Amino acid sequence: MAKQHVSTTVNGEPVEFLCAPEQTLLDVLRDELHLTGSKEGCATGDCGACSVTLDGRLVCSCLVLGAEVGGRKIETIEGMAKGDELHPLQKKFIEHAALQCGICTPGVLIAAKSLLERNPDPSETEVRYWLAGNLCRCTGYDKIVRAVMDAAADMRSA
Amino acid sequence: MDYRSPGSAKEAVDMLAASGSNAHVLAGGTDLLVKIRTGMLEPQVVIDLKNIPAIRGVTADASGFRIGAATSCAELGEHSALKAAWPGVVEALRLIGSTQIQGRASLGGNLCNASPAADSVPALIAAGAICEVFGARGSRDVPVEQVVVSPGRTSLARDEFIMALRLPQPPARSGDAYLRLIPRTEMDIAVVGCGVALRLDEAGICTHARVGLGAVAPTPLLVEAGATALIGTRVDDKALAALAVATSAACKPINDKRGTVDYRVKVAGVLAQRAARNALKRAKGEKLEAQHG
Repeated sequence: MAKQHVSTTVNGEPVEFLCAPEQTLLDVLRDELHLTGSKEGCATGDCGACSVTLDGRLVCSCLVLGAEVGGRKIETIEGMAKGDELHPLQKKFIEHAALQCGICTPGVLIAAKSLLERNPDPSETEVRYWLAGNLCRCTGYDKIVRAVMDAAADMRSA
Repeated sequence: MDYRSPGSAKEAVDMLAASGSNAHVLAGGTDLLVKIRTGMLEPQVVIDLKNIPAIRGVTADASGFRIGAATSCAELGEHSALKAAWPGVVEALRLIGSTQIQGRASLGGNLCNASPAADSVPALIAAGAICEVFGARGSRDVPVEQVVVSPGRTSLARDEFIMALRLPQPPARSGDAYLRLIPRTEMDIAVVGCGVALRLDEAGICTHARVGLGAVAPTPLLVEAGATALIGTRVDDKALAALAVATSAACKPINDKRGTVDYRVKVAGVLAQRAARNALKRAKGEKLEAQHG
């Protein structure tokens, strides 16, 4: 089967790519567009390291085919900082040392951003349930949850 | 592998008919893409149904709800009228996977993946959902409990797919609820899942009930004896005890790492009672405690 030609929008920029039908959006982001911030942890939708938003909806990019995203809007970790200015969540992750090895971090940040866009004042329980699909084998989650809560508080008062 | 994205149901059926046995339909992809990735399935053609307009979104009118079979669970969870009418169905479909999975997973996919443990299915059985099945010979209606025939297999023909699921507008004094047991608080496969829908008359007597049961037999089950135990009663302790016995008796579970046969049989009865209590509260217009997930 010939490669598919796909026109889409990634982090606000129009993008075109060719992909094989079996390539996932994650494969396309990493291997065709060289946006390697999204990670492959499990490739089965369990770990959340490949989290992106598709038309504003949080998804695992390993469970989306590249061929499906024509005309859609994709947001990845590469679009989170504005130039050199980190997103408040990114700043708080550094401040709280909410990462160790860092593999899960892009996915956690994208998922947390998606939560705060819908719910600017989540409870700790809401944060933990929202992030249940983002596995972290280093931190024990506590620092991640505190960083998200702190970022949310800062963003509400900004 | 080939990827196709038909823009109409007719086009999709023609593609399915032309592709033979090695075509698979794609909705949210949360099961299909994993099966392709792990080599369990090697389809020659994947037919993405999401560009068929009638397979997405929810429409509501006086007769009830029509839920496009490929609508994401996240979208369904945000539909306030659906949530108000069928809270048990919505609490069940909200339990499917993580936030990320919710963004893609669909009711049509959860049903046609044909897992005995699919969370939305017992709740849909209890609610009396009807599937609009579309194929070469047009559209036919299939009660949801007749779709799954064995683990991984459905009663649909090769050139058929589910276009939508229909739920009626619940009459006054009705309620539904779904509960599942998993070994942790989130992100696991049901050990037992149970949905109950019931209706009361003005005197508080149960006039209609349906019980759906998951993860304790090769397919999700409609437990008719469970409904019989409730109908004609006030859904009191005696009726609930009879419901538990009937529900446990319907189980034909497997032993696995999540639960033994004895445990699943016992828990099925307990969950049926609790789900019936929740459905009863809703039928009486009482609030349940807030749930997460």
